[in-house]
Amino acid sequence: MNYSSLIIAVLILLGGAYLLGRNRARAIANQGMKLHSLPTHYGALMALWTGLPPLLLLLLWGLMEPRIVDQLLVAQLPAHIQNGSGAEIQLAVSKVHNLAIGSGVSEAPELQPAVKHLQALQQRFDLLQAGVILALALIGVALTWRRIKADMRARSEVERIVRYMLFASSGIAVLTTLGILASVVYEAWLFFHKVSIFEFLFGTSWSPQIALRADQSGSSGDFGAVPLFAGTLLISLIAMVIAVPVGLMAAIYLSEYATSRVRSFAKPALEILAGIPTVVYGFFAALTVAPIIRGLGESMGLDVSSESALAAGLVMGIMIIPFVSSLSDDVINAVPQSLRDGSYGLGATRSETVRQVVIPAALPGIVGAVMLAVSRAIGETMIVAMAAGLAANLTFNPLDSVTTVTVQIVTLLVGDQEFDSPKTLAAFALGLVLFLVTLVLNYVALKIVQKYREQYD
Amino acid sequence: MTKSSMTTREKVEKSMKRRRAAEQRFRMYGVASVLFGLLCLVVLFGDILSKGTSAFSQTVIETSITLDADYLGLDKNADDQQVRLANFEGLIKQHFKDMVQPDGRKERRQLYSLVSAGASWQLQNMVLNDRSLLGQTIEVALIADDDVDQWFKHDRGHAHNAMLNETQIGWLEQWAEQGILKTRFNTLFFVNGDSREPELAGIRGAITGTFLTLLVTFLLSFPIGVAAAIYLEEFAPKNKITEFVEININNLAAVPSITFGLLGLAIFINIFGVARSTPLVGGLVLTLMTLPTIIISGRAAIKAVPPSIREAALGLGASRVQVVFHHVLPLALPGMLTGTIIGMAQALGETAPLLMIGMVAFVVDVPAFISDPSTVLPVQIFLWSDSPERAFTERTSGAIIVLLGFLVIMNTAAVMLRRRLERRW
Repeated sequence: MNYSSLIIAVLILLGGAYLLGRNRARAIANQGMKLHSLPTHYGALMALWTGLPPLLLLLLWGLMEPRIVDQLLVAQLPAHIQNGSGAEIQLAVSKVHNLAIGSGVSEAPELQPAVKHLQALQQRFDLLQAGVILALALIGVALTWRRIKADMRARSEVERIVRYMLFASSGIAVLTTLGILASVVYEAWLFFHKVSIFEFLFGTSWSPQIALRADQSGSSGDFGAVPLFAGTLLISLIAMVIAVPVGLMAAIYLSEYATSRVRSFAKPALEILAGIPTVVYGFFAALTVAPIIRGLGESMGLDVSSESALAAGLVMGIMIIPFVSSLSDDVINAVPQSLRDGSYGLGATRSETVRQVVIPAALPGIVGAVMLAVSRAIGETMIVAMAAGLAANLTFNPLDSVTTVTVQIVTLLVGDQEFDSPKTLAAFALGLVLFLVTLVLNYVALKIVQKYREQYD
Repeated sequence: MTKSSMTTREKVEKSMKRRRAAEQRFRMYGVASVLFGLLCLVVLFGDILSKGTSAFSQTVIETSITLDADYLGLDKNADDQQVRLANFEGLIKQHFKDMVQPDGRKERRQLYSLVSAGASWQLQNMVLNDRSLLGQTIEVALIADDDVDQWFKHDRGHAHNAMLNETQIGWLEQWAEQGILKTRFNTLFFVNGDSREPELAGIRGAITGTFLTLLVTFLLSFPIGVAAAIYLEEFAPKNKITEFVEININNLAAVPSITFGLLGLAIFINIFGVARSTPLVGGLVLTLMTLPTIIISGRAAIKAVPPSIREAALGLGASRVQVVFHHVLPLALPGMLTGTIIGMAQALGETAPLLMIGMVAFVVDVPAFISDPSTVLPVQIFLWSDSPERAFTERTSGAIIVLLGFLVIMNTAAVMLRRRLERRW
């Protein structure tokens, strides 16, 4: 483990540099000169300049090295492989890697020179890496050591570096969004080269089977995503039919009627529902709710699929109840008491006040809450992956089996497959749709809630 | 008196009955909603508990078996390799054949299937630890097959079991009456990794994987989240860029978790070449997912520190960085820790993004380092719930109970931390 030992070495150097810097500053102070900053600041400055550049370089190195090694490796492969397709080269390169660490199963004498080369290369790279990293750390020590003077503004410099580090940390959120966007957009773009965007968005047949051989007829499969969108909408709709009335009424009851004792018990109890992992809901939906619904339906003479949309939607609704209730609770509580008092003063009962004053006043916020809940229902994966089906039926019958966008993403991406097949890329196109839809819903909902809050603040 | 000549007071009084009824109804809807939510909670927990508690016990066959040294071809000086190759399976078969005296090949096969494939491994381990057992007759509790386990725990005496036939149930009834068929605490469930045999499958691999993944997540997300919260709350200028970052964080908190899995697959695995199925890549993905939670709660904690403290420190000549690190951060840390625990609890229960980055592999070995292939508890639950065997359903529920137990512990810790350390200004 070259990396962990190097990181530890750099950390030790960093600690040493801190002590060194602090002691040097103290020595200067002892000569009777007045220091600009505290001795610890000089130590911290030394530590930062010793540790940061090598650690950043190490990170960069880790990202770049595999690529460079593979490039160099390809040149060592036998000519007939080098002239082969990209996939063949890829395969040979990974074979060489496996052989080099001694876990190769296939004997391949033609690859032996490349294996030897790789081992030598890695050895050289490891040495080079250790040398460069440690040298960089030591250069940091030496340069900062020379800069430490009585009038050096160590504190300002340390604080500037700290601020940059804080800024970089907050930038990671933006990078994450960009990363998500870049990955789904790029792969989806590749996908739309193989399958037209219109077929994807408006086609009504989804069967992403991939041919075993490239020349097989009908190898492209069908990528019309309308049944998936319909299935997602159907299940989300069922979930909302459960969650919105129950969640809203629970919020109204808890904020307008319940005594503080009931509230202090019921509110956290309901919120437990939100903390239960979705995989547990999925298990509950698939093994308990679905058989019950099927049994009930059959006793009424209905034909119910064992993976009905109803079961998944119902359980998803239960999961979303606390989401709707706690968000609406917040908005209802934000309605000023004076509005209620005015209504009571005019002789309205409590329920009339709630229905005619509080709800209309809180409506934008409630709409925002519901939109957030919808975005959550659309993006929910585990419940549908376990309880909803895989068959892409275009139906609005809740007793039928439907499939959703998230289920398809999971099924297309779980397991090993080549990365540039339309099947894998389709998952990213679906991911793009999912990301954009939820992004718009969230953005609008958050704007509405924010605007509404400002109204009463 | 005609209608039009009613006074307002009379009109109101007349309408009161209807209005009171409406009030009552409205109130009942509210009560019903709350009760429905609570009922769901009770049913969910009751269902899981009723299905899963039996996973913590395992049926064993207690018998005294002679470790025939000649049959095994071992002597006291046999090395480990020889012991591993010895035919313990045959020894067990022989033992049960002598005990029950089955009729013909078919019955013999039925008899052998009552004992788990893990039984020979049990004997092997005993001999590996102590060679002096060779040639002795020892008392052992051999693991029963999962079908026997299910029959003994659930069906015996009142339900039909489709996996066992009359003859097999006859033997089992006899054993049960003799008292050699027993249930005991299912230790294997906690010390084994995954297995295709339900009676040998355990959650230790998944728990270790979860622990390593959460460790990576915590080590990355806590410092980064705290730093980002500090920057946004204390240093960020009020401008478009800051606003953009804020909107971004709020949106990320609501983005479906599965998209983080897509990011992990496309960027961490395919571009940066991080190994699939490892706690390292799992932790990276979960870090990005939990960061918004930690940042948002961290900002709330920093906001709760009264400005007077900052002003006092500034007035005494501290720099802004010193104000933050010497005064604001220590006061806000309990709140930040609470938020972090809640974020980690979310990460603990997360499944979908980990499916994308290959943590669904069938991993038997317990991972030892963050770069070993592994799975996590929720994914293990997902995998087991797909298995047709009844015993796996039971084990799935058992694993869920363990998972919920961890979540309860984490959330209680968060609540207690908040109660104990939170200050009211």
